[in-house]
Amino acid sequence: MSVEVGDRTYLGPLPAVWVRNHLLGLEELSAEELTAVLDAAAMFKEVTEGCQEKLNVLRGKTCANLFFENSTRTRTSFSLAARRLGADTLDFSPSGSSLSKGETFIDTAKNIEAMGIDVVVVRHRTPGTPHLLAQNLACSVINAGDGAHEHPTQGLLDIFTIRELRGSIAGLTVALVGDINHSRTARSNIWGLKKLGARVILCGPSTLVSQRWRELGVEVSHDLDAILPECDVLNLLRIQFERQTMRPFPSVREYAHLYAMNRERLARTRADILILAPGPINRGVEVTPDVADGPHSAILRQVTNGLAVRMAVLWLVCGAADRDGS
Amino acid sequence: MTRILIANGRVIDPSQGLDRVMNLLLADGRIQPYDQPPRGDEQVLDATGRIVAPGLIDMHVHLREPGREEDETIATGTAAALAGGFTSVACIPNTEPPIDTQAAVEFVQHQAALADNCNVYVVACVSKNREGRELAELGLLVRAGAVAFSDDGSPVYDAELMRRAFEYCLMFDKPILNHAEVLELTRGGVMHEGLVSLVLGLPGMPSAAEDVMTSRDIALAEATGGRIHIMHVSSAGSVEIIRRAKRRGVRVTTEVCPHHFTLTDECLRSFDANFKMNPPLRCRSDVEACLAGLADGTIDCIVTDHAPHAREKKMQELDQAPFGIVGLETALGLVITQLIEPGWLTWSQAIEKMSTNPARILGLPKGTLAPGADADVTIIDPGYAWTVDPMQFRSKSTNTPFVGWQLRGRAETVIVGGKIKYQALPAGTRRDL
Repeated sequence: MSVEVGDRTYLGPLPAVWVRNHLLGLEELSAEELTAVLDAAAMFKEVTEGCQEKLNVLRGKTCANLFFENSTRTRTSFSLAARRLGADTLDFSPSGSSLSKGETFIDTAKNIEAMGIDVVVVRHRTPGTPHLLAQNLACSVINAGDGAHEHPTQGLLDIFTIRELRGSIAGLTVALVGDINHSRTARSNIWGLKKLGARVILCGPSTLVSQRWRELGVEVSHDLDAILPECDVLNLLRIQFERQTMRPFPSVREYAHLYAMNRERLARTRADILILAPGPINRGVEVTPDVADGPHSAILRQVTNGLAVRMAVLWLVCGAADRDGS
Repeated sequence: MTRILIANGRVIDPSQGLDRVMNLLLADGRIQPYDQPPRGDEQVLDATGRIVAPGLIDMHVHLREPGREEDETIATGTAAALAGGFTSVACIPNTEPPIDTQAAVEFVQHQAALADNCNVYVVACVSKNREGRELAELGLLVRAGAVAFSDDGSPVYDAELMRRAFEYCLMFDKPILNHAEVLELTRGGVMHEGLVSLVLGLPGMPSAAEDVMTSRDIALAEATGGRIHIMHVSSAGSVEIIRRAKRRGVRVTTEVCPHHFTLTDECLRSFDANFKMNPPLRCRSDVEACLAGLADGTIDCIVTDHAPHAREKKMQELDQAPFGIVGLETALGLVITQLIEPGWLTWSQAIEKMSTNPARILGLPKGTLAPGADADVTIIDPGYAWTVDPMQFRSKSTNTPFVGWQLRGRAETVIVGGKIKYQALPAGTRRDL
């Protein structure tokens, strides 16, 4: 599969290592598959930089955004990525639980699929929902976040941003800071970073960072100040107030004292520290505005890269499906 | 009534320590004295190579009627019980409305009589409307035929109510069957809390939620002299708490479900709601503790917690899907394949836990093949190899996690009160549906 862009550029063929017509998580991806996505994203970023012209890669295909949970950023990013590739897009945001309308979410998805959809991009508050759709639908399924389970494109764009600015992942020390237990972004980052050879430290209060994480080969710390000097990258995760059944720390104020990334803490990091935040951030809780908007922050670059990563994922998933079908 | 001669089977009756190849004669609804010469007019069932056991009893079954007939009815549930080898079931009262009055008990008995499948014994509610506030009319419920009390579906939460229930039941010598769960610890929970729930991002239900309530129930039973039966034990901690309580003479008994001695929380990686039950599938060390508890006698009974749910309810997102699985038609095969063949239990121990002990705990005149006893008999083909296919179930629901499992052993003939109520299809054939 190669394609002409305007009259200048040719995309390479679909990488041989990529055979998946779904992207449900990073846990099941190999290092080679992860690298294939990152390389494809780099290619798309290069091709589209400064060029708003649509590619014709996915012309004739339709991508449905099936968002059972609110999202602005991810949905917009997927829509734009699909349109840049020449696909039609369809937004579908069922309000509340499918149960309230008397049909199961699988019924809902099957109805949408019956309209002739090639890719369903799904976000849902319940872990595993994209996996159940993948089992029940004939089209491709991309997980855009399932509860606290995985958010593979967010993990990929975080890792892509680190690789872009640091050259590679292997050997870097990356700390994920915050509400790890309730974070799908944390899980996708852990799988991806570990496979690509990073040292991963999870940092946050003991009620939000379980000691059990060590069983996956990552380190656990409850003391941000202690780990700061060792880190090459800090990824500041949002406190998931909406997923907590009981507030796991005494006050937001106390959390900010212990874990907020502020100017004083920044002064004790390595000079080339890279700060990511998958957003939306609670300003003043996880990170203070001066740090979020400062020179070490790659927060907006993440958003830009998200588009390239999602173009890459759509291209790979559709390409694998077409190869299957042909 | 037809006289039935079960010829040449291996008769195993733990109630009398009996295990020998012999003939068993049934007449007038009762077991006849052994070693009588046949008269010649008997219907002969050749049981060569078969196990002949006192009819199996499942003391934890949700028949769903009244109120949730889309999941199961008393007629379909008891048909499923027969197909699974059970001659008696005790049904749990969390129906809609709950079984908390004499009239409700009589309704169940009446429907069971109309269905005319297996015996149905009624477990009635501990509290009025199963609300956990005031005692139901336990004395009148006993008169109506209730064999035990339970608010299962929920624990009896109020410790004072539980204490009063133990004290009051001393008059009737009836056990209280409690679902041991501290609800604050499991709120929103979908599966066992452990590494797998952490990786999957699913809210967990820690073992401690079960262990804390098991401890409370045992302390209250000990303080009052009452009888506590801990339902569907699943955690290593609870098995050990019960083991110690038994050692010091507390009147505690317990039961385990086949899924809890067979499956672990790893199954949830499929996100299939047929692996969602309460208590949840726990980890390997809990499964091993259940196996050890079965082997050393800490766990008295094997029950199914048969919990039918219509397909569309289980087809929901994992957090929306209800807890529970069907079990009547897979239990015997799982006991044979998972417990007897690997050597965790002898045949005699397994039959004790599936017949003799449930009868003893509920005070039923069952669970024995002694001459004069009711002629409830299960004839088991121990080596029959089969594959679990929910479409073949008699149950109205198909929510089993064991789809496609290769099991050995099935009930071949089930006799209730001297009448043949179920005969398995010839080997290799299927129900024409």
